[in-house]
Amino acid sequence: MSRIDFDIAHLLAGTLLLISFLELYQDRLYALLNVYAAHALVLAASVAWQAFIQDAPHLYITAAIALVFKAIIIPVALHRIIVQLGIHREIEKVVGVGPAMLAGMGLVALSMVVMLRVTQDADPPAREDLAFALAVVLLGLLMMVTRRNAVSQVVGFMSLENGLVLAATGAKGMPLVVEISVAFSILIAFIVIGIFLFRIRERFDTVDVQAMDRFRGERR
Amino acid sequence: MVLIRDLAIQSAQMLLVLLLAPLFTGFVRKAKARLLRRQGPPLIQPYLDLARLMRKDVVLADNASWLFRVIPYLVFATTWVAASLVPTFRTGLLFSWSADLIAIIALLGSARFFLALAGLDVGTSFGGIGSSREVMIASLAEPAMIVIVFTLALIAGSTQLSTIAAFMTSSAVGLRVSLGLVLFALIMVAIAENGRIPIDNPATHLELTMVHEAMVLEYSGRHLALIELAASLKLILYVSLIACLFAPWGIETAGAQLPALAVGVAAYVGKLAVGGFLLALFETSIAKMRVFRVPEFLGAALMLGLLATLLRFVSASF
Repeated sequence: MSRIDFDIAHLLAGTLLLISFLELYQDRLYALLNVYAAHALVLAASVAWQAFIQDAPHLYITAAIALVFKAIIIPVALHRIIVQLGIHREIEKVVGVGPAMLAGMGLVALSMVVMLRVTQDADPPAREDLAFALAVVLLGLLMMVTRRNAVSQVVGFMSLENGLVLAATGAKGMPLVVEISVAFSILIAFIVIGIFLFRIRERFDTVDVQAMDRFRGERR
Repeated sequence: MVLIRDLAIQSAQMLLVLLLAPLFTGFVRKAKARLLRRQGPPLIQPYLDLARLMRKDVVLADNASWLFRVIPYLVFATTWVAASLVPTFRTGLLFSWSADLIAIIALLGSARFFLALAGLDVGTSFGGIGSSREVMIASLAEPAMIVIVFTLALIAGSTQLSTIAAFMTSSAVGLRVSLGLVLFALIMVAIAENGRIPIDNPATHLELTMVHEAMVLEYSGRHLALIELAASLKLILYVSLIACLFAPWGIETAGAQLPALAVGVAAYVGKLAVGGFLLALFETSIAKMRVFRVPEFLGAALMLGLLATLLRFVSASF
């Protein structure tokens, strides 16, 4: 593998990580959805590049799935949902941008330390992909923890799944069947979450998940 | 002989930066005005302003101390020295071996320290507001800048600007995501340090929002001229720094043949024009931030720098 191949893979994976941070930084829902679409777009490019350098044509299908479903259909659907719910101007956060960013940096450092130690004898691009993918997954989780709005939590979940796809393409030889089933299970999960959003809204007049805590009698 | 030639080139660089600085400020203003479909002041307006201020008398407050009178000269001198250390049309300048990127940051930091003191000196409330805000922005921008320098030094193996520029032109640099992140972080820090639009508006005199203008409100005459010139120098310094680090093409490296030097100067002027236009474009397309959002903006710059360092370690571990 030549140096430039590795460099481009590194560039795309690093961009994906950077966009995860942008998601943490955005506090408006519209902007958040646009950033999520960019996240999926970079993921598609990254997967396509892995397909090219690994000479694995089935990965192109994964890239196409990422492009069509995650970069186009899901953001458009979420746009329509938030317009219908009338929450496209809401800003909600549990912690501020600064602490969230610092926590994110800590998670990135943690995932790099862990992955570079654990995968000593894997080949470089897979190793590096795994390190970035773990960081993206952890940032997705962080996003779900730091937001109170259910739609932002869905976006966190979806970007977590992007990290999983990145990890899967870095490791050679994942069968296509698995990838397609993962993609569809994510789509199903998205539909279920979408229905739940409307149910939560009907019941509590808000998509702030704190309302549910209050309903259960819990106190934050 | 070599020493004399090096000295001549170094002084040419110092004069070039000094003479171009007001023109660059004028160019950015003109470009902004044209983008807003206004006519705008002529390009040489900053020179005319400076000449007018030089002719006018200095009006000093009764309770101004000697510090207040000395500070414009100090600010101008430190900024000018810092600007003369950044390679513009030729690397390997005589002075650049005596000071590196960290020294440049220190020079600019001391200039800012003195200016903040001057803002507090007379004891007006606006000066105090301006100084406190300036120091708040600086306390956030400087760590980010240090992290940026740290990453650059890790990649290029030196904090010496000439060495970094030589490394960036060589093929060893490759395609690095860390450098992209560092570029963005450096642009954010440069915007904050120069008080350009998302942080501070250089064209406004609205009391609630101004930072730099509030600090220098008490200055007049030649003192004000020196401070304005120092501000222009600082702007051109940051643009030259970004050009020297991330677009070092056309900078003349070895020898001192006249045609090569001419190419270097032409390339430098071209880079300045592109940088000024991009700055004007950015400023017309964005709104000013609230002061309380500045920490988030600069925190993002710091975060980018840290992320660049981390990514550098990942790519270096293979």
